[in-house]
Amino acid sequence: MSAKKELTPNTPIERIYNGVAKENPVLVQMIGMCPLLAVTTSVSNGIGMGLTTMVVLVLSNILISLLRKVIPNSLRMPCYIGVIASFVTVTELSLKAYLPSLYEALGLYIPLIVVNCIIMGRAEAFAGKYPVVPAFFDGIGMGLGFTVGLVILGAVRELLGAGTLLGYHVLPASYQPINMFIMAPGAFFVLAIVIAIIQKRNAVKEEKAAAAAKKEREQILAATTGMAMSAGK
Amino acid sequence: MAGKFQVSSSPHIRAKVTTSKIMLSVIIALLPAALFGVWLNGPYAALILILSVAAAVLTEYCYEKVTKGKITISDGSAALTGLLLGMNMPPRITWWMPVLGSVFAILVVKQFFGGLGQNFMNPALAGRCFLMLSFAGSMTNFNVADAAAAKIVDTVSGATPLAAIKAGETGNLLSMFLGTTKGTIGETSALLILIGGIFLICTKIISPRIPLVYLGTFAVFALIFGGHGFDLYYIACELCGGGIMLGAFFMATDYVTRPITVKGQYVYAVILGVMTGIFRIFGGSAEGTSYAIIFTNLFVPLIERATIPAGFGVVREKKKGGGAA
Repeated sequence: MSAKKELTPNTPIERIYNGVAKENPVLVQMIGMCPLLAVTTSVSNGIGMGLTTMVVLVLSNILISLLRKVIPNSLRMPCYIGVIASFVTVTELSLKAYLPSLYEALGLYIPLIVVNCIIMGRAEAFAGKYPVVPAFFDGIGMGLGFTVGLVILGAVRELLGAGTLLGYHVLPASYQPINMFIMAPGAFFVLAIVIAIIQKRNAVKEEKAAAAAKKEREQILAATTGMAMSAGK
Repeated sequence: MAGKFQVSSSPHIRAKVTTSKIMLSVIIALLPAALFGVWLNGPYAALILILSVAAAVLTEYCYEKVTKGKITISDGSAALTGLLLGMNMPPRITWWMPVLGSVFAILVVKQFFGGLGQNFMNPALAGRCFLMLSFAGSMTNFNVADAAAAKIVDTVSGATPLAAIKAGETGNLLSMFLGTTKGTIGETSALLILIGGIFLICTKIISPRIPLVYLGTFAVFALIFGGHGFDLYYIACELCGGGIMLGAFFMATDYVTRPITVKGQYVYAVILGVMTGIFRIFGGSAEGTSYAIIFTNLFVPLIERATIPAGFGVVREKKKGGGAA
């Protein structure tokens, strides 16, 4: 029906495309909102949070996928939490040791990665059912998708709220920053507008596809009735 | 036979009141206070008012053009929002700030939620609070450092009378009532706002219910918690100072964001009075009317749900455990 070529499921490219665009965790599935709204006061915080989450996501996806035949179905949630929490602790301690400034900036939101719904969601929906290689690329894709969302939000908020990007002044010095964009309400406004734009784009795309499909059906119908009429003559 | 009966569905009697007439009346009622603000603060204040009205109307026009909706700028609601926002600006604010506030008020608060009748809080006040959060310094700087300042009765501290009272000084009630004090462009003159309010009440555009209950509740709250004992002079100063008059008559009574039910309007006005009292007396800044009104706007759906009257002949069911109220 649709003219677009579907990618073969569970190949690395399909998983990454799925995570970044088709099922982007924050912009399409709308999960992981808490860190998204809280830490995106700047682009660098967004990148830091996104990559930290990606590391944990990839590691937990790999381990959960390896253990998927061992973990009993009724006990899978506590097992997933245990796996994720261990990796978060490892990541947190490494950040504290090697990137203390990022550790300071993200603060409480690093331990909170344990309860990030993206990681739980991927463990439940994907890693617990599929082999290691697709699970690994699923983690990369979803992690990148999360980072993309964080960077978009962080860029808009940092630009409007502080007049900088990645800490560099990109707007003229006369620009007076609109502080609200750095504060909590700004996060909600920007997120809502970004999601609205994406939804609108998807709706237009779907409408076009539906219209094309309808036209195709009508053509077939016209052709068959024409044939029937000429046969009737 | 057929010509004798006209069959049509209800309503059979229509009032001649239209949205544009209502909005125009409110704008007329606001004009005395606005013109007074211009006289007091000089021509720059007029520029602020014009810019915020123009930005509000233009934003509404552009948004409706882009989304291919019905152009509704002729109903006057956008102009009214712009005027109210402009009247809530300090007289020497940088010119683009009210423009930004108007764009925010119309685009985000009004149009994103579906246009006139759908906004969940007063757009003009939301615009003001957006500016307050973003540019706290400019929004609370009421200094008029030029020739126009000669008309203003200054207090020692150079702050607004309300801030001076909060700091422990006594207000000058007469100048606060007439409006020759520091404050936003349209809020200073209690007298002219009252005249506008009475005009609206006489033309039945608003009912006196919300403003009176609001001001009354606030007065009682200030009397009890104000820390000045039974000091009527202090209460009068609190009532004439800041934006409470403008808020009570022109913003709390906004058709879209007040409750529909009569009982609900009493509840709404009491909450408004208490909130304003809490913000002014216990809050960090001297004024809290705008925050009080937009917060109370958020309660309106709840208030309406709790006070919806039973239909004719319907006996309301006794509330059982867990029943929706």
